[in-house]
This record gives sequence, C-alpha cells and structure tokens, in this order.
Amino acid sequence: MPANRFNAFHDYGIGLGLRVPHYGHILSEKPTVDWFEIISENFMADGGRPLEVLDQILEQYRVVQHGVSLYLGSADRFDRGHLRRLKNLVKRTGTPWLTDHLCWGSVDGTYTHDLLPMPYTFAAAKRTAEKIRYAADFLGVPICVENVSSYTEYHVSEMTEWEFLSEVVELADCGILLDVNNIYVSSKNHGFDPYDYVNHIPHHRVAQMHIAGHTKFEKYILDTHDHPVLDPVWKLYTHATRLCGVTATLLEWDDRIPSFEEVHDEALKANQYIAEARQVGAAKKAARAVRRA
Amino acid sequence: MRARSPLPVPVRAPSALRTTSDLLGLQRFMAAALRRRLTAGERMQPRWTDGRAMTKVAGEFMKPGDRLSAFERLEIYNKQYWYRLLESFREDCPGLYALLGPKRFWRLAEAYLEECPPHSFTLRDLCEGLPAYLRANPGLTAPMTGAAVDVARFEWAQIVAFDGPSRPPVSEARLAKASPGRLVLGVQPYLTLLELDHAVDDYVIAVKQHDGGLRGGASNAVGRRRRKGAGGGGPVLKRERVRLAVHRVDNQVYFKRLDVPEYRLLRALRAGRTLARACEIAFRGSREAIEERARRVGEAFALWRRLGWLCRAT
Repeated sequence: MPANRFNAFHDYGIGLGLRVPHYGHILSEKPTVDWFEIISENFMADGGRPLEVLDQILEQYRVVQHGVSLYLGSADRFDRGHLRRLKNLVKRTGTPWLTDHLCWGSVDGTYTHDLLPMPYTFAAAKRTAEKIRYAADFLGVPICVENVSSYTEYHVSEMTEWEFLSEVVELADCGILLDVNNIYVSSKNHGFDPYDYVNHIPHHRVAQMHIAGHTKFEKYILDTHDHPVLDPVWKLYTHATRLCGVTATLLEWDDRIPSFEEVHDEALKANQYIAEARQVGAAKKAARAVRRA
Repeated sequence: MRARSPLPVPVRAPSALRTTSDLLGLQRFMAAALRRRLTAGERMQPRWTDGRAMTKVAGEFMKPGDRLSAFERLEIYNKQYWYRLLESFREDCPGLYALLGPKRFWRLAEAYLEECPPHSFTLRDLCEGLPAYLRANPGLTAPMTGAAVDVARFEWAQIVAFDGPSRPPVSEARLAKASPGRLVLGVQPYLTLLELDHAVDDYVIAVKQHDGGLRGGASNAVGRRRRKGAGGGGPVLKRERVRLAVHRVDNQVYFKRLDVPEYRLLRALRAGRTLARACEIAFRGSREAIEERARRVGEAFALWRRLGWLCRAT
C-alpha cells in the first residue's frame, strides 16, 4: 500500500525536513538520507542562496515539496502568480507528489501565516476539494493534504475532523499526509480519541506521514516541533502504520534544532515502530488464519 | 508601499455555513479577530469593534473546550499571529531595532503590521513597505525619521540582494565591440542603489556583530514573544552622505560604497540610458579631464563586470 497513486507510486522510507542549520553538514558530509522534505515557500525565490542550496541538494537527494501557504481551505480563489511560482519549483525539484495543509490562512489578499482550522461543513469540504483539484491539475503532480493541529472548533461544524478530512479527499480524489502528532495534539485539545481518528480515515489514500514533538502547557498542547517524538505519538504512529501500511515518513523539527545526527537518529526510530507494526499485523493475520481453519 | 483599501471588519460571524460566501464571511471575521492588536498585557482585546464583550463574540462562533473558554481558544491564534509577525519583523530589522531601542521599535512594529498586514505568501516580503510607511508616519520615529528610513531601506535592500532575481551577465566581448552611443546595459535586479544621509553600512555591520537569527520551518506554533536583546546604547549611526550598492557575490550579500560618478552611472544605466549618455550624466559638472574620466569608467566597468553587476537590458 505505501506506494500508491497519491505519491505517484514512490516507495520512500524515512525522510528529514531540510533546515538551514543543517545545510553545511549535509552539503559537506553528504549523509545517507532516504529523502528530504523541503518547505516550498523557502525556495520559491527568484535567485540567490536558497536556489543554490536546493540545486546542490537535488544533485544528491530525493526531495518532496511540502507547502505552508497554499491555503487550500481559504474561500478565496488562488493567487495565480503564487501557483506559477510553485509550478516552477515543482519542475525544478521533480517532486513526485506535493503536500500542503488542510487549513485556511488567507482572505481578501492578506495572509495570516498560520495554519487555521477549517469549519467542518459540507460546503467548506466542497470548496476545498474544488481548489485541491484545480491545484493538482495546474501543478501536474498528485496533492496530499495534511491534517493540522488545532486549538479551537467552530459552532457551525457539521461533522468530526476525520469525517471532514475523508469528505475532502474523496471529493478531491487526493491523498493524505497523515500527521500523527497533529492528531494527538488535537485529540488532547478537543477531547477525542486519536485512535478513532486514525481508524476512520480512508487508509488507502495515505501517501505520507509526519511525526514531530510537541509542548504541553497547563490547559492545552501546542504543536511546536521542538522536541523529540513522544511515546503516545509513536504508539499512534505504529497503529497508523498497521492500518495504512509502511508509508514514507518524515520527522519535523523546526525550532531549537539540534545537530543533524540527533535529528536523523530520532527519525530513524520510526523503523523500530514499523517493525512493531509489521509484527502486530502478522500476528493478527495468523490469528485470523487459525480461526478460519 | 501600494495603497490598499481598508480591510472589511464584519460585525459578526455567519451562524450557518452553507455556501462559499458563508465560508468567506467566517474567514473574514476570524482574520479580523486575529489581526487586532494584543493588549499591553499580551492578551486578546476584551471588546470587539462594536463594543460587545469579546467573551460573547468569541462564544458566538467558537466552541469552548473542557479546559479553555472560546475566548481563550481564539486568543491562542491571536497571540500566534502577532508573535509570528513580530518575530519575523525583528529578524529582518536588526539595525532599526538598535536605532530605536526596544520600546519604540515594538510600538512601530505593531503600528506597521496593523496598518500593513502581510499581502504576500512569504514573510520575506513583510518589510517591503516599511520605508514608505516610516515616511508617511514620522511621529513613530521622530526625531530620527530620516535615519530610520535610511536603515529600513538598507535592510530591505539586503533581503533583495539575498534572493532577488538575476540575469545573465553581459560578456566582455559584447562590451568591447558595442558602440557606447548605442550600448544599453542592465544592472542586476538583485542590486539596489541607495543614496543615504547616514553611514548605515558601518552601522549595520556593528549592529550585526551583536545580533542574528534564523527563521523557523513548518511548525504553526510560536512559543512566546521574544522581546529581549540589545537596543539603544549600542553603535552610533553617523550622519554622512553615502552612496551604496547592496548586492551579492557567490550568493553572499555585500554592500559597497560608490563615489558620485559611479552611483550616477549605474543609476543612468538602470534607467535605460546608453553607455555614452550614462557617462555624460555621471560626470555632469565635473572638471576632470576626459582621459581621467575614461580611466575611471574603465576601472569601474572592469570591477562591475567581475562582480557580475552588468547584464543585458530587458
């Protein structure tokens, strides 16, 4: 299952987010990394150092683009100039699939630079799906949408977040970038069972996963990407892997970034949870076979 | 800074969401709430624009949780919005911060960001309109408005030099064989020419020795407002007429002082004048001998060509 049409049938392993403090190490030491995820907006420049670094990375590594400002859930139409820049970058990187968030963040030509939660309504799902289809056609690559962490909910919502996600991806016929940490963060902030979320999404559409660390405050959890992955998130990741299959996985670490080796070691921990998921899956399969016999 | 009409501030959020127009209404309402300045105590404002209690307004469109009220939930996003923008503004304006000191800097930052919310998908563009805003609102920086404008122009020029577009440099052969009376050259779009009343280049070098920072990645969280750091009492900005080219070489940002003819020459070339005409403009009023002028232009061109400044005109 992991290589599917939503990631253009690419069977990628454990990747890392490409971050500025690691540029020197990566370019000089050329460590073995299965793939890098880049923040598209950091390289949608017209020239200079960002594109120089990107081209050097592309000579050595496979890259997948991850965006933070497409705002697929904003009611506004797309900024065509933005899409053209993104398409130029897609051509440059050869990203097999492209991800951005199932959120909104711009209105009337202004940008909040935040990943704001959607109202979970059928009208919002329809509008968002229209925009995803449009963007995928324009960009010429499969798009996967990522569930965001959230700290609020709207009265107008008509369904759960996972029902909304499912509705959008079915209408748009697109993939899912399943952020396991975001599910966990939102589950604590809103009081739902994160396993319900993972159990009830269309697993065949999951083309990539994200894992990350978060920060607990007195009354809520904030998605800070500045810590190692916590145990409950690894457990949820194992469960998701069992349901979705072994999937291209990316560790996000965006603040208080430690050494490259430390980040890479944290990411590679995913392998032990993948093995665990395989064992559980195999045991359940054997039990079913015994029952059938 | 482009003139923009004021953003709509809806009175209330839609009570149901059945159409894209309803979605737009909800998003306009929430965006207006996020863009409102925090109080001095870094809390969300207690009243909406129409005077109603914000606890009531937030409760009308947001659900409370079991540990947070609707007000507190909305406030998380209100704070995130401001912390993120202020942090980015601070990173892009280390010289202005040092010039104004923390108190005036943050007051300016909030006023600017309130009046000029981001109109770009990238925070890189956050300070593009700052020099014009400073000129239009001198009260925020008086009596240092001129200095503040100079520093803001210089800091924006560095951003342009970092990742602005480039065009293929002009070849030596083309320079050699073309007639000066017909030759029209371009100057790299990433290069900014500045004529300033303050020695901002020296000043910013001194300031940057004390400061620096990196922008974050994809996390949508900003932990808290970062207000600490040097301000006031640092390097002194000297009043001095300087002409600068802010540019890049091997993708590193540099700035270089220019003399008057060099500055005029580059400005004239950028404006589309022929080389011959640009030279006339450069040495207007000069009593230098023709031979001396020719020698200076030749040396300048040799250097500029090595630095890749000259390109084909568009």
